[in-house]
Amino acid sequence: MRKLIEQPQRQDNESPLLKPTKHESAIRQVMGSARYVDDIPVPADIAYACVGVTDVASGTLTSLDLTNVKQAPGVIDVITVADIPGHTDIGPVFEGDPILVDSEVKFHGQPLFAVLAATEEQARVAATLATFTIQPSAAILTAEDALSANSTVRPQHQFGQGDAEQALQQAPLTAEGTLSVGGQEHLYLEGQASLALPEEDDRVMIYTSSQHPSEVQKLVAEVLGVKLHKVTVDMRRMGGGFGGKESQAAQWACLAAVFAMRQRRAVKMRLPRMLDMQVTGKRHPFENTFKIGFDNDGNMLGADITVNGICGHSPDLSDAIVDRAMFHVDNAYQLGATAITGNRLKTHMVSHTAFRGFGGPQGMIMAELMMDVVARQTGLDPLTVRMQNLYSESKGLTTPYGMTLEQNILPALMTQLTESSQYWQRREKITAFNQQSPIIKKGLALTPVKFGISFTAKHLNQAGALIHIYTDGSIQVNHGGTEMGQGLHTKIGQIVAHEFGVELDNIEVTATRTDKVPNTSPTAASSGTDLNGKAAQNACLTLKSRLAALFADTHGVAEEDVVFANGYVTAGAHNIAFAELIQQAYMARISLSATGYYRTPKIYYDREQGTGRPFFYFANGAAVSEVSVDTLTGEYTVDAVDILHDVGTSLNPAIDRGQIEGGFIQGMGWLTTEDLRWNQDGKLISNNLATYKIPAVGDTPQHFNVSLFDRPNAEDSIYHSKAVGEPPFMLAISVWCAIKDAVASLADYQKDPDIAVPATPERVLSAITALTENNDASA
Amino acid sequence: MIEFLLNNEPVSLEECETGMSVQQFLRQQKQLTGTKEGCAAGDCGACTIVLGELTADESGLQYRTVNSCITLLANLHGKQVITVEHLSDGKQLHPVQQALVDHHGSQCGFCTPGIIMSMFSLYHSDAEPTRETVNKSLSGNLCRCTGYRPIIDATTEVCERRQPDAFTQKQLQTLSQLKDIQAKHTEVFANGVHLPETREAMAGLLAAYPDARLVGGSTDLALESTQQLKSLPELISTQRMKDCKQITVTDEQVTVGAALPLSDIDPVLVAHFPALHELIERFASLPIRNQATLGGNVANASPIGDMPPVLLALNATIEADDGHETRLLPASTFFTGYRQTQLRKGEWIKAIHFPRLQANTQLRAYKVSKRHEDDISAVCAVFAVTLENGMVAAINSGFGGVAATPVSCDALAEQLIGQPWQAEATRQLGKRILTSAFNPIDDVRASAAYRNQVLGNLWQRFWFETQSALLVTTRVPHYA
Repeated sequence: MRKLIEQPQRQDNESPLLKPTKHESAIRQVMGSARYVDDIPVPADIAYACVGVTDVASGTLTSLDLTNVKQAPGVIDVITVADIPGHTDIGPVFEGDPILVDSEVKFHGQPLFAVLAATEEQARVAATLATFTIQPSAAILTAEDALSANSTVRPQHQFGQGDAEQALQQAPLTAEGTLSVGGQEHLYLEGQASLALPEEDDRVMIYTSSQHPSEVQKLVAEVLGVKLHKVTVDMRRMGGGFGGKESQAAQWACLAAVFAMRQRRAVKMRLPRMLDMQVTGKRHPFENTFKIGFDNDGNMLGADITVNGICGHSPDLSDAIVDRAMFHVDNAYQLGATAITGNRLKTHMVSHTAFRGFGGPQGMIMAELMMDVVARQTGLDPLTVRMQNLYSESKGLTTPYGMTLEQNILPALMTQLTESSQYWQRREKITAFNQQSPIIKKGLALTPVKFGISFTAKHLNQAGALIHIYTDGSIQVNHGGTEMGQGLHTKIGQIVAHEFGVELDNIEVTATRTDKVPNTSPTAASSGTDLNGKAAQNACLTLKSRLAALFADTHGVAEEDVVFANGYVTAGAHNIAFAELIQQAYMARISLSATGYYRTPKIYYDREQGTGRPFFYFANGAAVSEVSVDTLTGEYTVDAVDILHDVGTSLNPAIDRGQIEGGFIQGMGWLTTEDLRWNQDGKLISNNLATYKIPAVGDTPQHFNVSLFDRPNAEDSIYHSKAVGEPPFMLAISVWCAIKDAVASLADYQKDPDIAVPATPERVLSAITALTENNDASA
Repeated sequence: MIEFLLNNEPVSLEECETGMSVQQFLRQQKQLTGTKEGCAAGDCGACTIVLGELTADESGLQYRTVNSCITLLANLHGKQVITVEHLSDGKQLHPVQQALVDHHGSQCGFCTPGIIMSMFSLYHSDAEPTRETVNKSLSGNLCRCTGYRPIIDATTEVCERRQPDAFTQKQLQTLSQLKDIQAKHTEVFANGVHLPETREAMAGLLAAYPDARLVGGSTDLALESTQQLKSLPELISTQRMKDCKQITVTDEQVTVGAALPLSDIDPVLVAHFPALHELIERFASLPIRNQATLGGNVANASPIGDMPPVLLALNATIEADDGHETRLLPASTFFTGYRQTQLRKGEWIKAIHFPRLQANTQLRAYKVSKRHEDDISAVCAVFAVTLENGMVAAINSGFGGVAATPVSCDALAEQLIGQPWQAEATRQLGKRILTSAFNPIDDVRASAAYRNQVLGNLWQRFWFETQSALLVTTRVPHYA
């Protein structure tokens, strides 16, 4: 130990926190050495599983002949639901998700049986060879049919404030309408994949690409009929998740585990892309309706909104998803008196599931639609209508579900973006351009996002972490969150490095494992850093307090004066290298391992009353999009995008910017080219990348400017940062509004064009035709 | 036997599993798991690798991206295979790798190896890294996380400061290794694929294996294996047929070999038919164009192929060869039914002849699809009008996505020849004809109604674009 009395007090300038440090896996990713489930070297006894699927959407399975499957080359084993030793229902929250068809067929492409073979190709070929009979029954495939049949997966929910009916009756102006909101395929680049390794007796090890290892552990245990402590799940990284691996990664892990235990050999189950697209749920399509009342100055007076989520055949996570759609139909606006209804429609389709935004986008787009409708009907610019209807002291700060906005930052944020993006100057230029351009029309829109942060299922708002400090001062961190590219492990590493005052390369964030941190929540709801960051920080605080006590005791200083920074532990005139203090602590028999735990404060929701504070805080942002629309074909380009987004204090500006840009482009895909199509038999026909188009490199706007709104979170979140995973997705609604703006120019902005989501060129042309057919003399 | 270099290591395969793709070979046989599988259909680019090949004059190497998931092993013969694992020197990253790290261009990382390979290929070209060039080089790589901006920035920045790298330093050695392989006169056969070099050998193989199928770049045929799980039949590849790989330009016509990859013929076509630029840029992705051939696109006779409408509108001819004689087949009668052509058994396409445009002929080629890049046409329309004294002297057309075959619209010529081009009535008449010319289908890409409406509107676009007096913007995608 050295006393460096002459050393001046150092600033904590070496902390990686708040800096744009690189993604913890970046170097391995660019080298191709970052390992995904399918890249793990396999044991010599590996075999491969695949599923055979149904070819009708609804009916009763009357016969199933697997002889040809069993006799196919390389086949080792074939199972049906009768061969599952434990639970056969793998519903994550509510029942309704049979692991394989029992007798009732619930959707076209539903897994009917599973086959194990020596090679992946053999398993896939064998899976096509079954002979089966399904007595078909009438399939419900549309919202309309589900509503009229009262077919739901969960009960309706309603809330509201004031008397919406009366407000609508008394309003000087009213409008009503509907909006079809399409679903979205996750299209994680890495498809679903699991590897199951049988261990001694009834123990099993699972490697899986999942956002929810604890749920995989639970479901595998239940399917196998063993207790949870026999199952270990390891998840190093996913090649993308976006919600698609929250609940729906489990089925493949369960099937792999069943085969692994039956055959006592390693089993991999990896879905080829087309199968993946067929058998896994998507973002919920919605069919929504609204009735609004407003005055001649464009002020909202009341709204009656119904969101109808098309849930597919089972509840999965749909209850919470439709709730979130309902919580976001106001987006950022004081709607006046409100009546909000949410239906969870049951259809004979794959069970739709979590997807970035979790129902929020499908609700929020209603608010922006209503603002556009008000603008067209009053002749005001849509931005004027948006600004004046924002929540404010004078308009009221209480949402339809009774939560009061404590920090209302959107008026300032939107004003700043209006100025920095030169919205009004561009509006003038666009008006001039459109007057002299007969074929190409430009459109502009600035839309906000106010997104509630917390799981709406209260119990999920908890997290744990486990930190080990080794005797050389290096540190391993494990926590409940999973890494799917969003940079969670990078941020956790920054947090732990900052707390201990050491450099990032002393920190190793390890694979998420159910035997290290138990009973974890899914990495979802944008909450990964909020929850796990706090839990990791709490583990750090426990360890720091032990170390500080030792140091304080040694030097006769106060514990609270001990500072961890720049690789040293310092108190007044005393300091010691961090690694050296660790050595001392070890010799002094002080535990160098600790857990940390966190639960989100303040949140509650009374479902009976439809009121509460479901969210700890709101993340905000706004975007301006400018588009060009070809009125001959309906094709368009997104020419310029300016974003101002609120991440509180940014823990890592580079990673946050990546989430904002990536979320925006993914949202743009949902609203533009990503067109899910089912045929009349309920078969998904946009079932590969040739027919389902996510944004490509050329879709990136030429001008794409992202800035962070510089204001710390007023709530006590981790270093006053804000969640960033989902909120930017909805910034892309500005693209949809801008396309409508361009089309509206054809009828002098008198009418809001009716363009369903996604606004494919075909839909845009159809809206153009509808607006212009009366005055197109040349037709 | 086939021989190739895996980075610098010579590999010779006596026999290998039929239907095994290069991607499976790399991942399963060589444990090179950096090359990912995202779709196994050539649509996502996670499996992108680079093939180093001798340039046409054998003086240098060119590095081109391909989708390893739909590349037949046999196609590697005489080439250098470079995967993501080969770029770094120990812990020293290649400049393109370092650039992607520095620009925060990876999130989940699954598309990243493919992105790296596309960046590497551009790094080794001499193309200016403009936004168009960068977009083109990355056109075969989907990324679901980043929104591409950091990837575009990284690619642009690193290609603005290109330096010789380890591949440049080893170029001479690689050249001589590849030449040695080429010089050997072994029978090239692998993976159920024959690779004849001469007409005689090709004719002999077609006679010996009457059920064999011809394959060019395999970008379509491989899908039968990866997507439909069919075992591929005996295949005969055009890849080594030198006389199917010639380009000649005369005063009368531009002739391109049927077995050349599209990226070899694109610059020639664009130079002589600048109006094709947008269509060619939107014709699949660059890795596909590096592999796919014009012969394959034409012989395939897909109703949604991008080049057949061009052939129709330009009155191109298809030169078929059977080893004894060649015959010239006009494009107008070549497509006989859904995926049917006039090609006889034992024949292959040697070349396509495009007549040069007359000075008074105006050509335009349009593609309409949900996504601008790498998408299949909802409608493809190609028009060529020849004017004499402002009157229509000839009009030719070709369309994709509107019928069971690529088709032209004869009614246009029948009703418009002799009409004044600038007349409003000409615009309206053409629109009327085209709006009801075909009976297209409703499918996942578009409805029949949309297709008909767009046909009429594309005619209007053509009319607007070819009016000397009208200078209005008529399209939203920007291709220089």
